[in-house]
Amino acid sequence: MELLLDSLFNGVAIGSVLLVAALGLAIVFGLMGVINLAHGELMMLGAYTTYVTQLIFKLPILKPFYNSYIIVSIFLAFIVSGVVGILLEKTIIRKLYGSPLETLLATWGVSLILQQFVRSVPLAYGTGLVISLLIGLFLPTSFPSKIKESINFKYFKFSSWIFAALTGVLTGSVISSSVSKLSRASARNVDVTAPSWMRGQVEIIGTAFPKTRLMIIVITLISVIAITLFLNQSAWGMRIRAVTQNRQMSDCLGISTEKVDIITFGIGSGLAGVAGVAVSLLGSVGPNVGGNYIVGCFMVVVLGGVGNLLGTVLASFGIGIMTDLIGAGRLLSIWPDMPLPLSNTINFFATTSMARVMIFALIVIFLQFKPTGLFPQKGRMVEN
Amino acid sequence: MSLNKIKLNKKIVLSFWIILIALIIAAPTLLPVFRLNLLGRYLSLSIVALGVDLIWGYTGLLSLGQGIFFALGGYSAAMFLQITSSSEFPNNIPEFFALYGVEKLPFFWEPFRSPIFTFFAIWIIPALVAGLIGFLVFRNRIKGVYFSILTQASLLVFFNFFNGQQKLINGTNGLKTDVTQLFGQMVGSESMQRIFFWITAILVIAAWFFAKWVVKGRFGNILIGIRDDEPRVRFTGYNPVIFKTIIFSIAGGLAGISGALYTVQSGIVSPQFMTVPFSIEMVIWVAVGGRGTLLGAILGAVFINYAKSLVSEALPASWMFIQGGLFILVVTALPEGVLGWLQGDGPRNLLQRFGIKRKIETYPSLEVNNKEGDNE
Repeated sequence: MELLLDSLFNGVAIGSVLLVAALGLAIVFGLMGVINLAHGELMMLGAYTTYVTQLIFKLPILKPFYNSYIIVSIFLAFIVSGVVGILLEKTIIRKLYGSPLETLLATWGVSLILQQFVRSVPLAYGTGLVISLLIGLFLPTSFPSKIKESINFKYFKFSSWIFAALTGVLTGSVISSSVSKLSRASARNVDVTAPSWMRGQVEIIGTAFPKTRLMIIVITLISVIAITLFLNQSAWGMRIRAVTQNRQMSDCLGISTEKVDIITFGIGSGLAGVAGVAVSLLGSVGPNVGGNYIVGCFMVVVLGGVGNLLGTVLASFGIGIMTDLIGAGRLLSIWPDMPLPLSNTINFFATTSMARVMIFALIVIFLQFKPTGLFPQKGRMVEN
Repeated sequence: MSLNKIKLNKKIVLSFWIILIALIIAAPTLLPVFRLNLLGRYLSLSIVALGVDLIWGYTGLLSLGQGIFFALGGYSAAMFLQITSSSEFPNNIPEFFALYGVEKLPFFWEPFRSPIFTFFAIWIIPALVAGLIGFLVFRNRIKGVYFSILTQASLLVFFNFFNGQQKLINGTNGLKTDVTQLFGQMVGSESMQRIFFWITAILVIAAWFFAKWVVKGRFGNILIGIRDDEPRVRFTGYNPVIFKTIIFSIAGGLAGISGALYTVQSGIVSPQFMTVPFSIEMVIWVAVGGRGTLLGAILGAVFINYAKSLVSEALPASWMFIQGGLFILVVTALPEGVLGWLQGDGPRNLLQRFGIKRKIETYPSLEVNNKEGDNE
């Protein structure tokens, strides 16, 4: 029983990392049909945001609040990745709707650029750049509508970008002068240390669970609930679902599909940032940290059925539990006296990398029988 | 207009051919050994690019898993070389086995003692694996991005398998070939490398003619039909699954040959050949050169790799930016690639933009409507 609980918890822990990482992808891929290979790099940005937040909270002014930095960084990571995602949508992806293979290649290019960016640009100036992007993109939209409709709006826009650039440079240099670790570019991996209240273990029904893992499960749970509520209860959520079902009809009914695209992509990217916070708690953070997750995330989305959050949830927990069962060779301990050839096979696959081999092979076999995943989309629109 | 286009095409293709052959003949005397070796490697990569062009440029299947077949070919060649030159090691098996305490040769190594088997294995094994993966995927009408994702997942399956099995194929260290012997000579030696360069050059041209033959005629038309409108091909009475499987396994076989040539020239085969970035890079060679133009695939592979090595030597950090930029640029601004742009209306449009107009052989009324030059 204890063994089973242990296995279940491990599986849920692995699955929740997968889920929080795949959630943003499920929204972007499922609702917009956009393959975003830069999703892993948006996660990476989220992880680096956690690192930067941690260092900034070590400054004397913010020191008293140090323990809460992880909560703050979840919101910041959402904003940072979301802003970069919106920029990506506005500049590149918008031009490529309807040609998913081209989007795939272009976003791969973006992912290469982002990887090299964190290697060769000091994080302080990276932060400054993100801040100026944030102001530049959002300041014009927050003007009163009287200004927005005037002919001189482009001057307002231009001046707000200048203001944004100045603020970015200023913040960049302030951070770089006050936090020495952020003032130099480095390709080395960095470490995020969890605050003291998150270290150690919790005992539940006789089994010890690491607190960071529990934290990740909580983050995942909150993200899933929040996104479900948003999609099903809010006005914009309804618009997003409408555009997903029938873009032309929604356009005719007065929904701004352009805005819906931006919001959907921004939220998907922001969730990647949140996933980055979760990932940063698990190990060291480097430019390649997102690449480890991206294929697994796509597998989750494909297995769960595109455009279906419930499928995504089930698929990621399924994969998580299977990974733990196979990778740790748990079947052997549950059923110790199984025949030799079988136990040899299980031992053969009882490593992390071989478990991945097995899982992917199982998924490919599963897709042979259900090519559209666990919960396929129904209806006429699916055919094209 | 069509007359004009054909003339232009022929001129460009012919001049590229002359330059290419002249370069291949002159290369061993002109280039230092190091550069020659690099060129040989890049030429062998152009064979895998040809395969990518066949499946992507002509059939519309974007495979992100060509690295599997590339590495399988490489491993076949390396296993043969290792096993034929293992007589001085204990148990008559390759040296690395001793590190892991393996005394008996794993069974699947045995056939690679035979050079004839290896000769066929290099391209048949990848072709069979590709055919199997392709058939399973195409049978379920999985296409588009789902196909791409599944090939990428298969790539990771193979990567993890080869990376994790030290006792079978030396795991992450890979198999070295440069210190092995072939026909009594060291594979890594200068004279052998020169021979490999010639073999590669000849095989690239052979592969080019083969690919040309494949896309010529009815078979090629069906491939293009599948790319442009698969349901219509199906309704016309053809079974796309068969054609897609065939072309995918042809591309796999080409990748295997390419991998074997690359392995003997780079001196090692390792699971690094099966990493995700490398397989996506193959696509960008074709995209930059011009998808749907076979010559473009070859030139793209050679030039981009050469540019990569030159840039990486001068400014190591900037290559990733350039490569990323290339991906974005080629997709948004130059979707037909350089050669496709040259062959199409690109140059004419550019000249028009500078005010130089060419005579267009159409009716004047059409000219008024299509100032920018239509794409058809």
